[in-house]
Amino acid sequence: MPDNITEKVLDLIADTKRIPREQVSPTSTFEELGLDSLDAINLVFEVESTFNISVPDSVANSMTSVPQVVEELRKILATQSTSQQTPPE
Amino acid sequence: MPQQRVAITGMGIISALGADLAANWSSLSQGKAGISTIQLVDASKLRFQNGAEVREYDPAQHFKSNQIDFLDRFAQFALIAARQALADSGLKITAELAGKMAVVTGSCVGGQTSQDAGFVNLYQKNSPRVHPLLIPRTMANAGASHISMEFGIYGPVYTISTACSSANHAIGNAFWMVRSGQVEAAITGGSEAPFSMGLLKAWEAMRVVSPETCRPFSKDRKGLILGEGAGMLVLEPMEKALARGATIYGEIVGFGMSSDAGHITAPTLRGPAMAMQAALLDAGIAPEQVGYINAHGTGTQANDQTETRAIREAFGKSADRLAVSSTKSMHGHTLGAAGALEAVATVMAMREKIIPPTANFTTPDPDCDLDVVPNQARPAEFEYSLSNSFAFGGLNAVLAFRRA
Repeated sequence: MPDNITEKVLDLIADTKRIPREQVSPTSTFEELGLDSLDAINLVFEVESTFNISVPDSVANSMTSVPQVVEELRKILATQSTSQQTPPE
Repeated sequence: MPQQRVAITGMGIISALGADLAANWSSLSQGKAGISTIQLVDASKLRFQNGAEVREYDPAQHFKSNQIDFLDRFAQFALIAARQALADSGLKITAELAGKMAVVTGSCVGGQTSQDAGFVNLYQKNSPRVHPLLIPRTMANAGASHISMEFGIYGPVYTISTACSSANHAIGNAFWMVRSGQVEAAITGGSEAPFSMGLLKAWEAMRVVSPETCRPFSKDRKGLILGEGAGMLVLEPMEKALARGATIYGEIVGFGMSSDAGHITAPTLRGPAMAMQAALLDAGIAPEQVGYINAHGTGTQANDQTETRAIREAFGKSADRLAVSSTKSMHGHTLGAAGALEAVATVMAMREKIIPPTANFTTPDPDCDLDVVPNQARPAEFEYSLSNSFAFGGLNAVLAFRRA
């Protein structure tokens, strides 16, 4: 059962690519979804805006599938929550 | 009217490599890059830090203060390069010539540093108004118009904006007008000044700008480096140029264009190959006659790989006899001025018999398996060369040159 983060990524892909939500699965590759390199950059932009994160170019340019997006997103969110635990000065 | 041979009799250039032809050629011929930390905007707010900026530049050294009010940085560069080129050519613009002379310039983003500053006042500082000169400063044809006004040139004057192919399209159009006898001389090239926070953020979002330097055709290339500046050429019919005893830097002999009709940003193989073939056809030369290609060579993964394949497609077996270098590794990607800076580099390479290298090269890439003249300039004599420009939007423009 996909979790909230995965669900949100699937929503964003359906929205940005304007394809029916049921066509996007947690295991889809960008190629299967018809996402080219520019679509992928657009998707990363939407992910950055939605989750208020910043994705490095090297990570953004290497993404080719939904599971990869979810995995990278989790990593970045985890780093962020660790840094948020640091008490303010 | 029979076709005229078209001579380049003057060249002007300002870029990160210097404020004149001698300084630029000195760097190009030694493989010295003009890439360093961006100073024109606060680079700490960007994911990339480096650019190829024109340094130690003071507009007051070139223009009166009331003139500066009308000139965005990109138009200042256009005028400076045009003044140099015209002085270099020794061409006298007589009353008779003035109406038979063209100015054709290229610019991708026009006076957008002025626009950016104006909109900061409007949106960020809550000013209720912008400067009344914002429109004439911002328009992409400002450079061409100011060149026309300064020298009293009242023949065909216009600007072409085809992203990174702008200058090659401009020079190609001017070349055809001189060749056909429509005009008796032309000033042509391109200018650009893209260093504003708004535009740099837009480039950042595209994720094609290198976080370090520009390494065209190198396996570890990470993207392009933005640059600024202008290049201008004076074109004249060969016969008239020789008759007045002008210095002939070289000839433009061909111009080829095509459109990918594919993707808005991803390059295709067919489009660039067709443009190179069209330039060869227009010049009436065979692939094996070409010794050097100044590549589009942006340093992005997609361009360099596709351009390599397109050169192989257009040149067949001759591709392995070619020297191919990207001078963007030194002067950066100046967008609408790129073809102009690269025309200067290509013509100087033929004239000085030295091929400027692809700087910052570290590791061969099997997908970019041409002779890319890594890091070291190379002595070489050749009669013909090409200069490639391939734009976002899939618009390709290639110039063919012949040595004098």
